[in-house]
Amino acid sequence: MIRVALPTHLRTLARVGDEVAVAIEGRATRASVLDALEAAYPVLRGTIRDHVTRERRPFLRFFACEQDLTHEPPDAPLPDAVARGAEPFLVVGAMAGG
Amino acid sequence: MSRVRVLVGTRKGAFVLTADGKRDRWQVSGPHFPGWEIYHLKGSPANPNRIYASQTSGWFGQVMQRSDDGGATWEAVGNKFEYDGVTGTHQWYDGTQHPWAFARVWHLEPALTDPDTVYAGVEDAALFRSSDGGATWQELPGLRRHGTGPSWQPGAGGMCLHTIVLDPANPKRMYIAISAAGAFRTDDGGTTWQPINRGLRSQGIPDADAEVGHCVHRIAMHPSRPGVLFMQKHWDVMRTDNAGDSWQEVSGNLPTDFGFPIDVHAHEPETIYVVPITSDSHHFPPEGKLRVFRSRTGGGEWEPLTKGLPQRDCYVNVLRDAMAVDSLDPCGVYFGTTGGQVYGSPNGGDSWAPIVRDLPAVLSVEVQSLA
Repeated sequence: MIRVALPTHLRTLARVGDEVAVAIEGRATRASVLDALEAAYPVLRGTIRDHVTRERRPFLRFFACEQDLTHEPPDAPLPDAVARGAEPFLVVGAMAGG
Repeated sequence: MSRVRVLVGTRKGAFVLTADGKRDRWQVSGPHFPGWEIYHLKGSPANPNRIYASQTSGWFGQVMQRSDDGGATWEAVGNKFEYDGVTGTHQWYDGTQHPWAFARVWHLEPALTDPDTVYAGVEDAALFRSSDGGATWQELPGLRRHGTGPSWQPGAGGMCLHTIVLDPANPKRMYIAISAAGAFRTDDGGTTWQPINRGLRSQGIPDADAEVGHCVHRIAMHPSRPGVLFMQKHWDVMRTDNAGDSWQEVSGNLPTDFGFPIDVHAHEPETIYVVPITSDSHHFPPEGKLRVFRSRTGGGEWEPLTKGLPQRDCYVNVLRDAMAVDSLDPCGVYFGTTGGQVYGSPNGGDSWAPIVRDLPAVLSVEVQSLA
């Protein structure tokens, strides 16, 4: 199982706690994890990736294992610790000042 | 005894204000969807417990919400707004052509007779309809494709379809308005559209009386006279008596004819309300005085309504969707400000009192009159 940590607003929307666990088939990539996440929680469709273009929303970031994976290709493999469930895949809302 | 329910969309959530027919003691619930921008929420005329809400975020995009118990509980419904067919382009700020891209839902208009049918006006400007209670949305593409679409361009606030007016006497006819394209009408249920901007003059565009390009801020109709429309334009208050075929200015003695909302008294089709704002560069009331202006003559002659409203040091704005009337007798009038106040008048505007004072900036106000 892949552990996914969501930002507060998406936890509220999906009615889940700090983390959710999703099962994927095959290699753990950002795309496969988000596909599994959206299949398990359809209300999240369109909130992390654009419904039509499937592009990451500009103000969201993806972190894991103290690395910024935001600009990695969607089909790049996630760190082994994420694939094993030892570390969560973090969906993070970009910080806003003001 | 009759009741009213006021639905308030703000920059940081939705609020539901309820009162009995006296409208002097209010209960406030919310924030619903705290932290999200709620551009608009509106109840179905066919089933007042059915309410639709547009929930948006710069981070997380568009979410649509539906309540079937008058706003007590909510369920997220479909949020996929995909333009029909080839997306096409419209004019961008720099004059180049720019692909249509969905940003958010500005306005929701539930159908008059079917609670499962609702229209959504979106940015970039297009009209969508759901016939399954919001589960799925389909564009009515004839609006963007009627011919002038590529010449539309956004105003500073984005290219939004913000006004949808349904004709209660003719289910095939509806009106919409877009900033900054103008007003449009369909007479065949949304298949084909025509611009209805003859008589509008806008100094901010190269051809002041162009067919399209006008920054219409809001259109209002009294249901007993669906061919008569009142418009608050960027500048100018206008009316038409022929379903938009031609417009006449009725700004009359207003201190300024810039503003955003306009609405019609529930029982007096020639009584209309606006909130004059200083100018397009000064989005606050003239002289620091928050005044609603009422015309009992369908425009032209206006009187300031000030009792209970701040008459000094007031520099809030009232946005286009932030005014509504109830259908009780006497008619109640409500509006919300960017300062977070929602004011109500239980007597057609003669006197006002704040229902709440310290909400986030108010984006929209709708009211339901309940048995």
